Amino acid sequence: MAAVPIEDRGLLARLWGNQETRSVIVQIATMAIVFALLALVLRNVAINLEAIGKEFSFDFLTAPAAYDITFSPFIDYTSRDTHFTAAAVGILNTLLVAVCGIAAASVLGVTMGILRLSRNWLVNRIVYVFLEFTRNVPVLLHILLVHGIVVTTLPPPRRAIDLGGTAFVSNRGFFAPSPVFEEGSGIVAAVFVIAVVAALAFRRWAKRVQVETGKIYSVFWICTAIIGGATAVAFLALGAPLSWDLPALKGFNFQGGLALRPEFLALWLALSYYTACFIAEIVRAGILAVSHGQTEAAYALGLRPNRNLQLVVLPQALRIIVPPLVSQYLNLTKNSSLAIAIGYMDIVATIGGISLMQTGKEMETMLIVLGVYLVFSLLISAFMNWFNRSIRYKER
Amino acid sequence: MTGPGAPAPYAPGTHPDLPPPVRTTGVVGWARQNLFSSPFNVVLTLLGVWFLASVIPPMAEWALVKSIWTAESRAECWGKMAVPEEAACWAFIKGRLSLFVYGFYPVEERWRVDLSFVLLVFAIVPVLYDRLPGRRHWFWYVAAFPFLAGWLLVGGFGLAPVETDQFGGFMLTLIIGVTGISFSLPIGIALALGRTSSMPVLRILCVLFIEFIRGVPLIALLFVASTMLNYFLPPGTSFDLLMRVLIMVTLFASAYIAEVVRGGLQGVPKGQAEAADSLGLSYWKAQRLIVLPQALKISIPGIVNTFIGLYKDTTLVLIIGMLDPLGIGRASLADAVWAGLAREVYLFIAVFFFVCCFGMSRYSLYLERKLDTGRESEK
Repeated sequence: MAAVPIEDRGLLARLWGNQETRSVIVQIATMAIVFALLALVLRNVAINLEAIGKEFSFDFLTAPAAYDITFSPFIDYTSRDTHFTAAAVGILNTLLVAVCGIAAASVLGVTMGILRLSRNWLVNRIVYVFLEFTRNVPVLLHILLVHGIVVTTLPPPRRAIDLGGTAFVSNRGFFAPSPVFEEGSGIVAAVFVIAVVAALAFRRWAKRVQVETGKIYSVFWICTAIIGGATAVAFLALGAPLSWDLPALKGFNFQGGLALRPEFLALWLALSYYTACFIAEIVRAGILAVSHGQTEAAYALGLRPNRNLQLVVLPQALRIIVPPLVSQYLNLTKNSSLAIAIGYMDIVATIGGISLMQTGKEMETMLIVLGVYLVFSLLISAFMNWFNRSIRYKER
Repeated sequence: MTGPGAPAPYAPGTHPDLPPPVRTTGVVGWARQNLFSSPFNVVLTLLGVWFLASVIPPMAEWALVKSIWTAESRAECWGKMAVPEEAACWAFIKGRLSLFVYGFYPVEERWRVDLSFVLLVFAIVPVLYDRLPGRRHWFWYVAAFPFLAGWLLVGGFGLAPVETDQFGGFMLTLIIGVTGISFSLPIGIALALGRTSSMPVLRILCVLFIEFIRGVPLIALLFVASTMLNYFLPPGTSFDLLMRVLIMVTLFASAYIAEVVRGGLQGVPKGQAEAADSLGLSYWKAQRLIVLPQALKISIPGIVNTFIGLYKDTTLVLIIGMLDPLGIGRASLADAVWAGLAREVYLFIAVFFFVCCFGMSRYSLYLERKLDTGRESEK
């Protein structure tokens, strides 16, 4: 290269030899290729759609869906409703299983993570074997397995497993009493909210007192007493405005109460324990990553073990735990799309499955499905980024 | 301490060492320390023992002691047991083993699958084991392997052609897994370099691609591949469903690899790239010789985790109608002669995936230890 001096080379070689112009050339070329590809794809789509006489429109959303959805806890859906309503039912079902799954997976995951840190060898090993086996088997297999167990090995409704006469487990799902709110329960709810606000105010006040004088109140117990006491007094004073709708066996299945269908149950359980295994490892790694010197320093300052955990270890561990935890929550939400394998009607099964088959609108329905998941992902990561910022080290 | 008047039997400093107390050594000491160190731990240990005692014997009895290995139907299988359904019926799996391995690949051509598998083993060994003599020359073979295996499996050029919709079982899992793993790594590295590049156009394109792929579930992408992709192609062309799935799985995994590698690139101190610049290395030489080796070393655990995820995700193809082991299992369960043996089928497939994925994670641990040059501890 050094053989020919740069001034003697041709114009193109000189432009290519300059780092800045080269970067501009590369970028322009990339843009040109990408736009050419996009144009080609759009042209192909137009030609292909015209060849089979379809047109690209979202009009089908207002047409009647004409299919049944077996599980629609929030919207009163019938087969006469539109495809749009069916999509909404699907989105809500996806959200329901995602939210329930995230809650259960968090609790289970933190528990298993702490058990993995236990110095008890036996418990440690049992949890380790469970984690490794669960993590290394596809989640779809877990879902099918749990669904299979619920449907084939649990007894039919007539011989349902009776949990104290109020809740029943059968191969048609889990049935529990659902609360019925009567007149006056609104006041109880209001009292509860006021009590929570009062407890928060007390917490702030106690913290200020601690900073100024060093006096420590047992904030947790006093807050529990305020919230629980006030709500209980209001509840009893208004004559317990709450009754239970009990499930009862009628015909071939239970009626009334809170009914969790086997598809929901299987999906929820499988997603929860599968994701919990990943969360357990994240929690364990996060707590181990806080240097032992921090704990020793806290003990040297005279903090008791639980105060040490609460004030020193957890705040630092959370910083490490939160980012991978978010991606697990996202994974759980995306994995909920496997619902289609067992017939749980989520967004992929409703609009991306039956609506697609009935209307033949592959492009439109798939775009809706992809768009919905992208919005979910962006929302969860935006929330978690905000949360992550709020617990970051406050450095001076 | 000796009392007054008692003669000291040893001169100070000459007493032979006493053995440590029995309670602190050996099995007893270990148990006291690890199982019974506090009342709470005693309770936990007892709970653990109770749990094991109530889970392991019934499971062993179900899976091994009372299980049936030869039968022609479920009815015959359950008939051989003292109580129907009390134990596993492995005869079902045994009878369908070839279906689980080869899918519907023509019987007389199955030697080609076996041969590809042997060739695969020979292709993996040089990649994983770095003390193989002449490893450098083996890589020519490794690079040629995908084409060789593709030719053997699909046929043509002298071999009888086999339609890809006859592929199935563990063979299909291996095809998708190995293709995805071997192609997603280079694409992922390229995407990561693009995302950290100083050229805004490249960076934005890579960010858009990565975030789009990571934001949607694989199953939606597979649906796109099976229903929508033909609209994007010039009229009249269409290509094989397996090929479309391979492309989608590879792109999906490469977006995740890109994020892992980007994390690794950020973990390499900036001084390394600057030092390479000052030595006069070009961008590509600096990346290849200085930055990427260090970045990839940091990202090994994440990369292997992504591979494990990809390998497990190969089961999703059953939803678009391909017959991977789970698909074969479900189809077999629909057979009226055998229906009702879901546990056996799922356990068998679970063990297969566990062996593969656990093996991968152990290998990554070994690689991490081997490549650990102690930089972390110096910091």
